[in-house]
Amino acid sequence: MLGVSVLVFLFLHIIPGDPVDHLAGGEATPEQRHKIEACMGLDGSLPRQFVRFMGHVADRTLGQQCPDPEGKPTVAQMIADVYPHTVALALTGLAIAIVLALPLGIAAALRRGTWFDTLASIGALSGIAVPTMLLGPLLLLYFFVERGWLPGPFETGAAALVLPAFTVAVHLMAMLARMTRSAMVEVLGEDYLRTARAKGLPERTVVWKHALRNAVMPVVTVAGLQFGSVLSGSIIIESVFARPGLGYLLLAAIRERNYPVVQGCVLVIAASYVLVNIAVDVAYGLIDPRVRRA
Amino acid sequence: MTGGRRWAPSVRIGAVMIATFVVVGLFGPLLAPYPVGPRAIDLDHMYGPMSWAHWLGTDKSGIDTLSQLLHGARQALILSMTVVAISAVIGVSMGMIAGYARGVVDEVIMRVVDVFLAFPGLLLNIAIVAVVAKPGLPVFIAALCANGWVGYARVARGQVLSLRERDYVLAARALGASTPRILARHIAPNLVAPLLVQMSLSFGAVIAAEASLSFLGLGPQLDHTWGAMLEQGTSFLWKPGFRHYALAAGAAIAWVVLAANLLGDGLRDRLDPRQRGKA
Repeated sequence: MLGVSVLVFLFLHIIPGDPVDHLAGGEATPEQRHKIEACMGLDGSLPRQFVRFMGHVADRTLGQQCPDPEGKPTVAQMIADVYPHTVALALTGLAIAIVLALPLGIAAALRRGTWFDTLASIGALSGIAVPTMLLGPLLLLYFFVERGWLPGPFETGAAALVLPAFTVAVHLMAMLARMTRSAMVEVLGEDYLRTARAKGLPERTVVWKHALRNAVMPVVTVAGLQFGSVLSGSIIIESVFARPGLGYLLLAAIRERNYPVVQGCVLVIAASYVLVNIAVDVAYGLIDPRVRRA
Repeated sequence: MTGGRRWAPSVRIGAVMIATFVVVGLFGPLLAPYPVGPRAIDLDHMYGPMSWAHWLGTDKSGIDTLSQLLHGARQALILSMTVVAISAVIGVSMGMIAGYARGVVDEVIMRVVDVFLAFPGLLLNIAIVAVVAKPGLPVFIAALCANGWVGYARVARGQVLSLRERDYVLAARALGASTPRILARHIAPNLVAPLLVQMSLSFGAVIAAEASLSFLGLGPQLDHTWGAMLEQGTSFLWKPGFRHYALAAGAAIAWVVLAANLLGDGLRDRLDPRQRGKA
């Protein structure tokens, strides 16, 4: 976590490019420039700037907007306002992906080598390959512009969540379905499944209890790890659907060269990603008792 | 890789698709039926439909779509080759040093790798491109390499850690071979196969990343990259009869990403059957 903070800080402060120039514009007086520098804390040495930055992290404001911080929300407030939207998007996307991917992967594994399996593989591969930036607008065009069934950009309600979440889900679903299939295929070939069948357990119990529980492990890992890329992928999705969220805020901040906000957004996304990874490790223990004991 | 078994269909299909892309990338601009660039702007033929003269129509400046795609193929090829080459060289060197030296050196390098891994890939790219005052091609390549090298470093380190304990390496050391010689002559050749998998997968990743960043307006700022075309295409999707433009660019990107995944996954299955299908 500290490493992430350090890296975010270093990126934004060592890479050339003077934010003061962007904020002040061409004809700023030295006093104006100095005011901006003081506000952003750029007048100190690099270590002092870092201490300041960590101070902002510690007091949970993540810094202020310069040059006139009075009356404007702190960076943390801005992020807190939109963060739920992004989390809702990512979680819904993840949920859709899992709900669709698991049955699909299991069915493909059980019918290995049939037309269904082939079709599912082709579907999964194209799901991975189709760029989100194309899929999103196409969905929007059909369901919003042409049919008007679903709400369009700038909305945040539950119905407005459908298209973005589905766009998020497609890529992930394809990946998870492939994972589920290969994990199931592997587990179905194990000796203990033969044992389970041999002792006369119904096929349903064999598949759902004995096989799935073992096959779901790698899938959970990937789902968890992909959650991070879903978070960063939401930058694109939110930009496609003009949907308020962390990614949308980040892009707007980049465009306006609002460095404290950029810094805060990057930090929050990266931190969420790290936390999710830790959560995945914990989830491992819940699903697989062997890990808990180790 | 013994020659006995036939390659899996996915490898063969992927290889053919990649080969097509490379050939188009090499010769595409020569095959292009029309010129591209500012001089080719033809305001009489804006938003042209598909026709015999313009198979894929024309864009908002009246420039032939097919020709743009072909020029874009070369840019995609150059871009992905450059990024893959640079990140492979950096990553493999780092990974080999970490794996061979072990101890503190290994610890330091892998911590750095961990920190880079703490960023979801696209975010790191965006962060780097966004903070630089004048984004351009070099910055863009650097940004893609910044998270590209990590994968190579991990693969190389893992391999070297196991290779360095092999008897033949011990034998080479006993014969008085220097460390650089052992690394270059005895260890590096054994890294080629696993690295090919990594390279193949990242080939597609570079194309996808270019498309994403261009879409967000943070791309390499070149004309007629597929990402730039997709960005233009999607912003005119609502225009009747103009959908094929975005679809063409999207299909080109999907082609390479699909090919790279097929090839990479297939190669991995071949090299290590236990890893089958892992994403």
